[in-house]
Amino acid sequence: MKVTFPHMGHMYICLKAMLRYLDIDIVVPPKSSKRTLTIGTQHSPEFACLPLKLNLGNFIEAHEKGADTILMAGGVGPCRFGYYAQIQREILKDLGYEMNMVVLEPPERHISELLVRIKKVTGNKPWTDVVKAIRFAWYKARAVDELEQRAHKLRPREKEPGRVDELFKQALEWIDEAEDREQLNENLKRMRREFARIPADYTRKPVRIGLVGEIYVMLEPFANLEIERHLGRMGVEVERSIYLSEWINDHLFMGLLKVKGSKEARNSAPPYINHFVGGHGQETIGSTVRFAREKYDGVIQVQPFTCMPEIVAESILPTVSRDFGIPTFCLIVDEHSGDAGVLTRLEAFVDLLARKKDKTGEVKGEVECVDI
Amino acid sequence: MRGYLGIDVGSVSTNIALMDEQEQVIENLYLRTQGQPIRAVQKGLDYIRNRIPADMEIGAVGTTGSGRHLASIVVGADSVKNEITSHAVASSKLVPDIQTVLEIGGQDSKIIILRNGVVADFAMNTVCAAGTGSFLDQQASRLNIPIEEFGPIALKSTTPVRIAGRCSVFAESDMIHKQQMGHNLPDILAGLCEALVRNYLNNVGKGKEILGPVMFQGGVAANVGIKRAFEKALATEVIIPEHYGVMGALGAAILAGEAVKKTGQTNFKGFGIAEEEFSTLSFECGDCPNLCEVIEISAQDKVLARWNDKCGKWSNSILKKQKVGEEAC
Repeated sequence: MKVTFPHMGHMYICLKAMLRYLDIDIVVPPKSSKRTLTIGTQHSPEFACLPLKLNLGNFIEAHEKGADTILMAGGVGPCRFGYYAQIQREILKDLGYEMNMVVLEPPERHISELLVRIKKVTGNKPWTDVVKAIRFAWYKARAVDELEQRAHKLRPREKEPGRVDELFKQALEWIDEAEDREQLNENLKRMRREFARIPADYTRKPVRIGLVGEIYVMLEPFANLEIERHLGRMGVEVERSIYLSEWINDHLFMGLLKVKGSKEARNSAPPYINHFVGGHGQETIGSTVRFAREKYDGVIQVQPFTCMPEIVAESILPTVSRDFGIPTFCLIVDEHSGDAGVLTRLEAFVDLLARKKDKTGEVKGEVECVDI
Repeated sequence: MRGYLGIDVGSVSTNIALMDEQEQVIENLYLRTQGQPIRAVQKGLDYIRNRIPADMEIGAVGTTGSGRHLASIVVGADSVKNEITSHAVASSKLVPDIQTVLEIGGQDSKIIILRNGVVADFAMNTVCAAGTGSFLDQQASRLNIPIEEFGPIALKSTTPVRIAGRCSVFAESDMIHKQQMGHNLPDILAGLCEALVRNYLNNVGKGKEILGPVMFQGGVAANVGIKRAFEKALATEVIIPEHYGVMGALGAAILAGEAVKKTGQTNFKGFGIAEEEFSTLSFECGDCPNLCEVIEISAQDKVLARWNDKCGKWSNSILKKQKVGEEAC
């Protein structure tokens, strides 16, 4: 048995850690690329959203490398994603790929339901090992989160553009390579040391933007055209409404761990959205309210084209924006890979925020950016 | 006397504006980009060189439009700004209390909302091109009328027909149906203008508070039929600036002037660049499956810039040598 899984940003690091810990043979699909998109689009229903297409591409590319079992997340509620595993299974069958699909639905009642499904992949490993493996994956998720947050903070302040990007790539490898807790901690220390060595202007007060929207396109840099890196390059400090570990806790552990999760975001959503609308629609609004309260300068919503929950949120955003006086901007992503148009819009939005900030006299010094 | 130069390199046209220190337009120029932005910029500069007053020297250059980065490298720009900011700056210089700017060009359309002279909100068309100039162009040529006569003919209409304007394909088939039913040309054209305006307001202007004074610019502002349709839909007077076609370039010139005031001197490389050989080279980076088509521009064997790589490996390798903030924006 060779197990593979879809890509979602840096989630592969956690899944890889978990499965390796249990001595399961795995195939990490090649990172999502133009080729993945081409293959995925070719075999997908035209009206499906980008995540289905990219994931299907991941599976086919993993199959080429010998994978025969797929670990896929499921879901419930009005978002189509819950149905994707089934569709992908049928498509793969029609294409003649013999692949097994294990769907990890979010547990409805008790965490044991999840463990039973995981058992399908882990076989006869003792439960204690499975729990340890999940814990290790969780620590890696936290490490990736820390790395991303550090990069978000430092990118607009670095003095030599590109240094943070370089270290980011390097540090991802360090986290990925760690074979146990001890090594992971060691590598994290190294990461922190290296971050401290990057020359930066810590006195700079950059424009701050909160990123909200659909989870997949937010976490997958290939899908969102590397929006975080581009904004960082334009001198913007980015904060995302949700991080990998929060998603894992919310969706797989039923929020059992006491960390900041999407609950907070959902609680801030009323009176704008009072109930679940599928996907992360409610969180998008709630997080926007939260960013506004925390005095962020603006909010950008990212969503895949035709995403229903985010369309609901998009139509409510102008009201939130007016009530709190926080500018919002919506970025819809699909198959396009040319980023010139996106950069123009982002730059204009950042300009708007910088000028507004300038007027209220909050910003010190010139807003600088180097962007190509 | 000093002159400020603004260059707007768009997908369809390249516009250049030259203004004096009093921000009066001395010369403006509209060229087809024809897929060769460097050539277009060089041709434009050559034209301006021959018309510039004898006692004028170029004090600042700014670029805007989708080709702004490329153009900035070629000319040595003092400011590189996106279209939205440039348009907003030009409009508020002309009418200081302007609150709404409608801009429709060949490929894209945008709306800019200003409050107290600062951009408060904006939107650009995303997936739909039904509300842009190229659609009008296409329909005019299908009906066999020159685009210049489109507006005047539409004005003759007394009862505009209703045309589905949401999608350009639907609009076209709806128009053909109306034609076959026997509606006359002015009514159809006026109906098309109203459909475009409706689509623009629903699609681009969605949910925005459109307050007067309203300014309408971009190539499509030449069409009086569209202007009337906007006035009808918004129930307010719509101002069309004298240089409606080059407002982006004007904004770029103003911004460049401001930039030079801070730095004290211009980066302009001189009109000699009109003759200089710029070579662009593109190569596929094979280091990952993205296979980015990296573009490299050089002059006399010296690499000036590289871009279009997803990971930043190639663009960063040049940028690193520059001091941060050199290209302030």
